[in-house]
Amino acid sequence: MWRDHLTEIIIFTLLFLLVSAMGFVAARWRAPRDMAHLDEWGLGGRNFGGWITWFLVGGDLYTAYTFVAVPALVFGAGAMGFFAVPYTIVIYPLVFLVLVRLWSVSHRHGFVTPADFVRSRFDSPVLALLIAITGIVATMPYIALQLVGIESVLKAMGVTGESTIARHLPIIVAFAILAAYTYQSGLRAPALIAFVKDSLIYIVILVAIFWLPYKLGGWDDIFAAADAKFDASPAPGDGVLLNANNQLQYVTLAFGSALALFLYPHSLTGVLASRNRDVIKRNMSALPAYSLLLGLIALLGYMAIAADVTPLPGAKEGTTDSNTIVPLLFDQQFPDWFAGVAYAAIGIGALVPAAIMSIAAANLFTRNIYKEYLRRDATPAQEANVSKITSLVVKIGAVACIVFLDPQFSIDLQLIGGVIILQTLPAVALGLYTRWFHRGALVAGWVAGMGLGMWMLYQISSPTRKHFAGSAFPLEKFGFDTQKTIYVGIVAVLVNLLVAALVTLLLRAVKVRDGVDGTQPDDYFADEGDPRVTPGDRRDADAAPEPVA
Amino acid sequence: MAAPDPEAPLTASSRAKDKSPWNWLLLVPIVVPLVPAFFNGDSPRLFGFPRFYWLQLAYIVLGVATTTVVYQLTKRRGDR
Repeated sequence: MWRDHLTEIIIFTLLFLLVSAMGFVAARWRAPRDMAHLDEWGLGGRNFGGWITWFLVGGDLYTAYTFVAVPALVFGAGAMGFFAVPYTIVIYPLVFLVLVRLWSVSHRHGFVTPADFVRSRFDSPVLALLIAITGIVATMPYIALQLVGIESVLKAMGVTGESTIARHLPIIVAFAILAAYTYQSGLRAPALIAFVKDSLIYIVILVAIFWLPYKLGGWDDIFAAADAKFDASPAPGDGVLLNANNQLQYVTLAFGSALALFLYPHSLTGVLASRNRDVIKRNMSALPAYSLLLGLIALLGYMAIAADVTPLPGAKEGTTDSNTIVPLLFDQQFPDWFAGVAYAAIGIGALVPAAIMSIAAANLFTRNIYKEYLRRDATPAQEANVSKITSLVVKIGAVACIVFLDPQFSIDLQLIGGVIILQTLPAVALGLYTRWFHRGALVAGWVAGMGLGMWMLYQISSPTRKHFAGSAFPLEKFGFDTQKTIYVGIVAVLVNLLVAALVTLLLRAVKVRDGVDGTQPDDYFADEGDPRVTPGDRRDADAAPEPVA
Repeated sequence: MAAPDPEAPLTASSRAKDKSPWNWLLLVPIVVPLVPAFFNGDSPRLFGFPRFYWLQLAYIVLGVATTTVVYQLTKRRGDR
């Protein structure tokens, strides 16, 4: 009952109100002359320095859902859940050189979304529309999952009632507040709140990582308890170490997720909001601090095993919600006031990415659907306004997903989201390096990768579910005589690339017209101080460049 | 919208701004963490952690060190 958790609830509410106030005040933080512009509302003025970028991008990539779901995975399956660690190590060297190119070309041309870039680079509104829709579809369930993160905390505090409305009232209120200050302050709100969120998370985890092993008898005992649990379980894939059959899945999942991460529009929003190329490069060395945090958080799953935590019941009869194990572990092991701080860290942790994701999705709609197809002559003020309203719609949609549908639906969609966002890799990431691919071929590759990815996901079954039961595709379905599994996204994107390459050769051979590149080679190296890098007034690639001073 | 052939002006001079042999170092922290043979084992243990866990956490240091070194070494050439 909630009365047993009164201290936790009070601390949680106080911290929540504090960041909400910060969210509204943020509109005046580093205030622009004119907020009615997408560069201001949607990208915070394109002027964030190293520290702000670190907190913003860190708070954006390592979401509340990650912090709840990764230990839940480790709790349930063991070593497999630790893929999040190599994933978040490999990512930074991988994108180190790529992101600065995207930053440069985006600042010269005033691009706000990855689809803006594709539109100009390949001279193809159709391809840009596909990229934009892919981004929106992949981002929406991700926002809904942030609510799952908050809800796991609310459940542990016992503030969720029985009826549909009572069960969801707290998150509806929380999201209404979030929607209001995002509407008002744009990207400045999550940037400012990220300071509080990340500081709380670092404190909680540092305490947890020293205090809990001390209480639970040391790391030897914790790993021994986990080992005993997995030995007793009948599932073939679990264990403290990987086995011969899931190593390929582990590696391809880590690598595929790393390829996908910076294709998500919300990741790029944080990158494009930074001041110059140096800020990005230095952050590639600083952001892994969060990976260490994530690795330690993952181990909370084993601590929950050692502490005999039993997950709370799930939404449906007879299921359990393993996402509740971390909140329950904190409730069981920490004094009430500190558990309250930990809950606030997770709850607030959901707000930062949810805000950035809704801004990114709104920008995609505004720039690549509204301005492209509905109102070509939209003024910057109109664009900002459409984006603000769209961000509200997106959040209402996310809440509706959680309230009216089984949360499992959002989890499935997010899994699909990782696979489909990877299909934008040839156009967005490779497009930064080469224009060899024909625009028609990129569309063909996207269709092929998308189709294959969905088919593979549909084929994956588990003892409890017939379809969409994860992203580990058994290679025997391709006719190989093996028990090994592989990550769907990797296969789909390889096929995508293959099709794009073959169709390019074909289209070149029959001399189908390719578009005109709207970017110049040296656009990809421009930096702060370049006379043509202007935060603000530039609208799009076709605007006449100012004379170079 | 001037350049009729977009590939042609991609000359050595504009490419060189980002190019450096040191960039190849970045491959190390991409490849090494993805080789299960290195980390998928129990011994030796460190502070009670099986090798699987401490070695993968240690790869974070490898990643940070590499990106820092590459950033420092390519700074002057890469900037302008």
